[in-house]
Amino acid sequence: MVHRTATRPPQEAPPPAPRQGLLRGIAPRVLGLWLLLAVVVAVCVLSIAVGTRPIGLGTVWQALIDPSTPGDETVIIRELRVPRTLLGVLAGSALAVSGALMQGHTRNPLGDPGLLGVTAGASFAVVLSIWLLGITTAGGYVWFAFAGALLGSVAVFLIGSAGRGAPSPVSLALAGAAISYLLYALVQAVTIRETTALDAYRFWVVGALAGRDAEVLTQVAPFIVVGLVLAMVNAPALNLLGLGEDVARGLGQRIWLARVVGLGAITLLTGAATAACGPIAFVGLVVPHVARAITGPDHRWLVPYSTLLGVVLLLLADVLGRVLARPGELQVGIVLAVVGAPFFIALIRRRRLVQL
Amino acid sequence: MSATAPVRATTPRSRPRRPLRLGRVSTTYRVRDVLVPIAVLLVLVLAAAVSLGRGDYPIGVPDVLGTLVGLGDETQRLVVLELRAPRIAVAVLVGVALGLSGALIQTFARNPLASPDILGVTGGAAIGAVSVIVLGGTGTTAAGVLGGIGVPAAALLGGMVVAFLVFGLAWRQGVDGYRLVLIGIALSAMAHAIVNYLLTRSAIWDAAAANVWITGSLNGRGWDQALPLAVALLVLLPAALALSRVLGVLQYGDETARALGVRVPLAQGVVVVVAVCLAAFAVSAAGPIQFVALVVPQIAVRLTAGSRPPLITSALLGALLLVSSDLVARTVLPESFPVGVITAIVGAPYLLWLLVRGRRRSTL
Repeated sequence: MVHRTATRPPQEAPPPAPRQGLLRGIAPRVLGLWLLLAVVVAVCVLSIAVGTRPIGLGTVWQALIDPSTPGDETVIIRELRVPRTLLGVLAGSALAVSGALMQGHTRNPLGDPGLLGVTAGASFAVVLSIWLLGITTAGGYVWFAFAGALLGSVAVFLIGSAGRGAPSPVSLALAGAAISYLLYALVQAVTIRETTALDAYRFWVVGALAGRDAEVLTQVAPFIVVGLVLAMVNAPALNLLGLGEDVARGLGQRIWLARVVGLGAITLLTGAATAACGPIAFVGLVVPHVARAITGPDHRWLVPYSTLLGVVLLLLADVLGRVLARPGELQVGIVLAVVGAPFFIALIRRRRLVQL
Repeated sequence: MSATAPVRATTPRSRPRRPLRLGRVSTTYRVRDVLVPIAVLLVLVLAAAVSLGRGDYPIGVPDVLGTLVGLGDETQRLVVLELRAPRIAVAVLVGVALGLSGALIQTFARNPLASPDILGVTGGAAIGAVSVIVLGGTGTTAAGVLGGIGVPAAALLGGMVVAFLVFGLAWRQGVDGYRLVLIGIALSAMAHAIVNYLLTRSAIWDAAAANVWITGSLNGRGWDQALPLAVALLVLLPAALALSRVLGVLQYGDETARALGVRVPLAQGVVVVVAVCLAAFAVSAAGPIQFVALVVPQIAVRLTAGSRPPLITSALLGALLLVSSDLVARTVLPESFPVGVITAIVGAPYLLWLLVRGRRRSTL
């Protein structure tokens, strides 16, 4: 029944259906993007400066422009904080955009990268790599997680579209749920048998930016960049698909092409982000809703806004995790869930959600 | 129009109703609504009998059925009634509760992906249980310290608290199924994050014990778990069945339901309370056995070719899925896996098969 809510005929919809967001017209939206970009830069600086050992902004600047500056701070900044922040930038944008695409394609406000079997596939592959090959480092998981994400989403896509015609939102969502349950059951089967696998897996599954070196960054960055480009390419087609498949076809959209490009982008983005950080659920669910409240349902604006908002959310959560649990830290996945959930609930209660 | 176009979902093709007259009383019924539950019940009895007979001391199905009605020798009575029946009873009761709860929630939220997990029951229960296992134990697992009392009570409490938190937060002059599901997802995600965090903070053997509980297991369950669940079902089952007509009306949307004379907020509240209690008791007895509440109503609605998940068929089918999964877990596999692993491995391909067959006419 996913689409009884999604394709509700107009006469059933609440009369003043607010399909517009806060910012209307091109100029305010472009300005909004620039403002967001400034916020992103500010958050990046914050992420570099704040930590177990706080570092002044002057020192941060010195270390960034001149690698030969003496002192521990330079090493901390250049070796630890900058890669970590860049990873946050990549993962935040990737997760948020894949969430926006997912919600658009399934026309389901609950669309979450977890829904299409992507994170389940990645989790299963990681567990297998721990169990069978004894890999226990984030860098080692990356390729397995990526392959698992790819296989999971391809399986969901094939099964969801096994009927005639293009895959419908409901069949995709159901296939995603079924595959996810199956894969998580297999994960449980492995972790229950092998306590050593559970021991490594439980630290991966919380989702964290810490402990990843620069190598992970270069491994996943190309995939995320390609995924973001595909997402922007897919945005106009998503607007048409939102009118319903028949209308979209009537307007000249090739449904299959749009679906394949969209799912390709989702897989690349979620797979790469999950491979690098572990499953981080909340960004993909929350950010598109916030972005839609600002821009309305036009995906050509929704995708860039989601990119920047995702970065802001992920980095802020990471910084918060470092501040809250000093001298240790809370993993970013946990902070996001605990802080993000009440925020999301407030959003749902406050505003009428902009219709998809 | 392609076969997958959304329109098909909103106009499920129901089988015609037949009239039934008994003197002055008359009603209508659909043949499938009568035949399918009976068929499922028969298979359930057979599966339970097979399960009662299997084990280290195998007993044939006829002997098992005989023992159940009072025949059978001393040994058979001991093995069937004392040793194996409690576990099977828990399986049946948990299956009934989860199937019913899933059918209620999916009808109410008008979403095939809605399940007690979405309402936060399993998430809250997991927090309660894992906290007891991880924090309550004094070095050893909770089994030693808190026994069979601590974990189920904590799970029941946690599940209900989170579920009613979800419901309370979703309340704004009545409950919109859409808002409820979104808030439920948010709080469930939070709960799972907390559980994952607890797992990283605990000793590895506690984490392993918690991991088994999270999967849902019938190992070591007996009358202690069956009894509270049976009492709860004694109240909740009639309540759920009494809601059947209201659910049928709520399905058409809040406005139509109000026009037809249903007090919508009250009806919704009662549906959610019943569904949450059913799921919470089931989870506290056997842990969050995933998939049953999600998939059983979907299978039931396809079997009956109706427009919404049928309550009785869902309940019986839930029991059947759990009993047969438990049978597989105990006999086919080399080690005794938790039944939650099996329900997913048995149930997920079936849902996939349904999807591949393309019978997506009735999606609710």
